Amino acid sequence: MEEAAISTSTSSAGTAEPGTEPAVQLEGITKRFPGVVANRDIRLSVRRGHVHAIVGENGAGKSTLMKILYGMQRPDEGEIRVNGAPVHFRTPADAIAAGIGMVHQHFMLADNLTVLENIILGSEPRRFGAGIDFAEARRRIKEISDAYGLGVTPDALVEDLGVGARQRVEILKVLYRGARILILDEPTAVLVPQEVDELFDNLRGLVREGLTIIFISHKLDEVLSVADAITVIRRGTTVASVLPKDVTARRLAELMVGSELPSPETRESTVTSDVALSVHGLTVRGDAGRPIVDGVSFDIHKGEVLGIAGVEGNGQAELVEAIMGMRPAEGVITLGGRDISAWSTLRRREGGIGYIPEDRHRHGLLLDAPLWENRILGHQTRKPNVKGPWIDRAGARADTQRIVEAYDVRTPGIDVIAAALSGGNQQKLIVGREMSGDPVVLIASHPTRGVDVGAQAAIWDHLRSARAAGLAVLLISADLDELIGLSDSLKVILRGRMVADVDPADVTPERLGSAMTGAGGDRDTPAPEQLGPAVTGAGEEA
Amino acid sequence: MSSSFTDRLLGKVRLGGLLALAAPLLAVVFAGVVTSIILALTGNPPLETLRLLLDYGAQSRTMVNIINLATTYYISALAVAIGFRMNLFNIGVDGQYRLAALVAAAVGGALVLPAPLHVGVTILVAVAVGGLWASIAGLLKVTRGVSEVISTIMLNAIATGLGAWLLTTDRLAVAVSGSNNIGTKPIPPSGQFPGFALIPGTQAKVFGFVVVAALLGVAYYVLFNRTRFGFDMRATGRSESAAVASGVSVKKMVLITMILSGAAAGLVGMPQLLGASYSYSLDFPTGLGFTGIAIALLGRNTPVGIAIGALLWSYLDNSSDILDLEGIPKEIVIIMQGTIVLSVIIAYELVHRYRMAAEQRRVSRQLSAESPSPPGSGPNSGPNFGPDPASDSASEEGAKA
Ligand SMILES: Nc1ncnc2c1ncn2[C@@H]1O[C@H](COP(=O)(O)OP(=O)(O)OP(=O)(O)O)[C@@H](O)[C@H]1O
Ligand SMILES: [Mg+2]
Repeated sequence: MEEAAISTSTSSAGTAEPGTEPAVQLEGITKRFPGVVANRDIRLSVRRGHVHAIVGENGAGKSTLMKILYGMQRPDEGEIRVNGAPVHFRTPADAIAAGIGMVHQHFMLADNLTVLENIILGSEPRRFGAGIDFAEARRRIKEISDAYGLGVTPDALVEDLGVGARQRVEILKVLYRGARILILDEPTAVLVPQEVDELFDNLRGLVREGLTIIFISHKLDEVLSVADAITVIRRGTTVASVLPKDVTARRLAELMVGSELPSPETRESTVTSDVALSVHGLTVRGDAGRPIVDGVSFDIHKGEVLGIAGVEGNGQAELVEAIMGMRPAEGVITLGGRDISAWSTLRRREGGIGYIPEDRHRHGLLLDAPLWENRILGHQTRKPNVKGPWIDRAGARADTQRIVEAYDVRTPGIDVIAAALSGGNQQKLIVGREMSGDPVVLIASHPTRGVDVGAQAAIWDHLRSARAAGLAVLLISADLDELIGLSDSLKVILRGRMVADVDPADVTPERLGSAMTGAGGDRDTPAPEQLGPAVTGAGEEA
Repeated sequence: MSSSFTDRLLGKVRLGGLLALAAPLLAVVFAGVVTSIILALTGNPPLETLRLLLDYGAQSRTMVNIINLATTYYISALAVAIGFRMNLFNIGVDGQYRLAALVAAAVGGALVLPAPLHVGVTILVAVAVGGLWASIAGLLKVTRGVSEVISTIMLNAIATGLGAWLLTTDRLAVAVSGSNNIGTKPIPPSGQFPGFALIPGTQAKVFGFVVVAALLGVAYYVLFNRTRFGFDMRATGRSESAAVASGVSVKKMVLITMILSGAAAGLVGMPQLLGASYSYSLDFPTGLGFTGIAIALLGRNTPVGIAIGALLWSYLDNSSDILDLEGIPKEIVIIMQGTIVLSVIIAYELVHRYRMAAEQRRVSRQLSAESPSPPGSGPNSGPNFGPDPASDSASEEGAKA
């Protein structure tokens, strides 16, 4: 095979075994957008049966490269080879036909359809060539879900799913279509470590069956532990291809951004005795009247960060939405001593609650609107965005510029639309916006989701200095290092209830992790218990 | 790319500079070509027909008629456009304005008040009736989730029935002398909106209401682009979930927008009622609400675009009579109007795509001028291929460009 001979001679790591031409080869890929070069002369070679990680700072061009491989975007220059053969994908359908599947950084599911409908959309099984064979689809979905422990319920409405569950639906969708090469763009951004381990155990199984996985992540430890090969992209071009055994997380970070690994440590306490936000007996009910958040109570003091640890889907999203007034709830919420339970979302925001939503595309941005209009969103009754009933364009634009600089949002300007920013840069803009105007309380769901290690450190710094100035933060995060490092106190949420108090000064991510899954504990009656420094769930002893 | 076709269709994505001019020009040329072909196919000389239309349109009297009808169209299209801004399709402008005009005519005919007050009260009644009628659709949507498209279509039918029931001699109507028509009691001079002779060479007066229409256009622009309320509206139109999270009460916005749209619709019949007929009779113009939908699309929801669209539409409507006289079927005008709407939609889409492609070409030209591709960035030759400072700084320049 001539093709194979050529490709092995150019591929990395000198793997010249016959018949093992790379699953994917990208040669000289270049892609330009107005005002930016997203990819410049990218070279990448992925071996079949490998887990290949792609790392790089926000806006480096990772998602763009993957969208090109998936046929969603056409490269301006360059060649793509799959299993040695040159391909020209015009649409994702072509890529799917070639056995490539992609799970996007931002979910691409239709909210108003069920999981089953979303999965079969575009590849519906037919019965006798006519009606859709739902029974067959349901059976296959169940089969895949069980085989890889994805825990997907076919008949749930996607709208009602949390981010983690959506992620699993996306993965199942790709598997359902029989992909042999899987692209996962930040699949673990909202998963807690156990879930990540589970996911990769499952993916390992796929790899043993000969599948190839390309995945993007900002969590460098995770990359080092699961990847067989790593490619680093910096400012649109490949700067290094390394093997995990040859590098450390620190070295990877240096390759990516040229800076050191940050630490979320905040040791000196700034907690005061003034209660900023108090939640008492908060209950949120689901459709069937079953409580999703069940009698949750806590106080957050000025200058305190209260972390909520929990596996995604245990009521965190509902808790946050209830506090923001976006979801009906029972119980009492007070802000600085005033009962705000009956307040509208707008009034709560005006009262000084900042909000970093877990799903930035659904709740945080107007994707088609320029950055400066996005600055106004959620702050449309306050300075510097408005003067009385009028929009203050000059004020809003100037302040957007300030945010872009202070939070290092990489963008050609404040007039580009939000959709043109990379995921991490969108996140930085939202964080910058919500930290503006001196909030009293910040509700932060995964505040550093999808941002690179450098930007993560910057966001932590901003949070720390705001906390020192008296900000009260409710922090929800799947990143346990972040959670432990930033929080002054920690609570564990499980099935809508606060099941444990944890001292962040004396807990390891591993122990916190097992407390979160309620491992070994009495699963049905997780009575709130005060756990001493020597944490935690009975899982340790079990 | 990132914007959707609907967003571009409803004018939510803007074109800048010359391109903003290119699109409508392209549309006019395209529509001209298609119409010429149709004329030629039906055995009518295209150029000759065009000349007829132009000559007729240039007459002073026709000009007055064009402006007057365009005033009505303009208000109707604005009413539709208000809803479009929030992805609300108010198909019910038609019913709203007819009902509003009927009630306002009855009230105006019954009142005895000094001049400015009389006019003001009549207009207020029309605005209130239009808004109220539209609020039914708004309430149904926010409380029951009924699509406004369905409910406004139904409400149009109900408005027709209600109008017929009200416009009988037992209730609001009186016989119109010298015909078998019936109408509301004529509005006395104190309640009429004076017109003015704008076009030299004719006694015919332009509706005074044209001033109100122009002010309405300005108000529309300011409301949407400069106010908090307009921002909330646009935000809701773009992403309902994000609007909710930002503190916008979407239900409130839907209701208010529907009422605003209906209130504007209430004004649609006023130029005719207060400036020409002074009475709502059986032959009061109908169907203006549907024309408004086409013109709102034509004008891409901008006040100036809608004004141009309204004038063009009115021009064609007015000149159809002359075609009839010359033995050319007047339906040709309807074909032209349809062609224009289609060409505008297509032309804008083409220009949008051209802009995206051109922007990318521009960037790549700038890049190749600034940073010739760095040599030696060959394929990765093995693990531990370190960062490449040369290509790094080059791409940085590129990114800043
Ligand atoms: N549709 C688009 N239009 C214009 N520019 C775009 C578009 N998509 C991406 N870009 C730009 O291309 C560059 C690379 O973006 P990309 O999304 O690939 O980054 P990324 O490496 O995935 O970053 P992140 O880690 O933040 O997700 C960014 O500068 C971004 O602003
Ligand atoms: Mg990305």
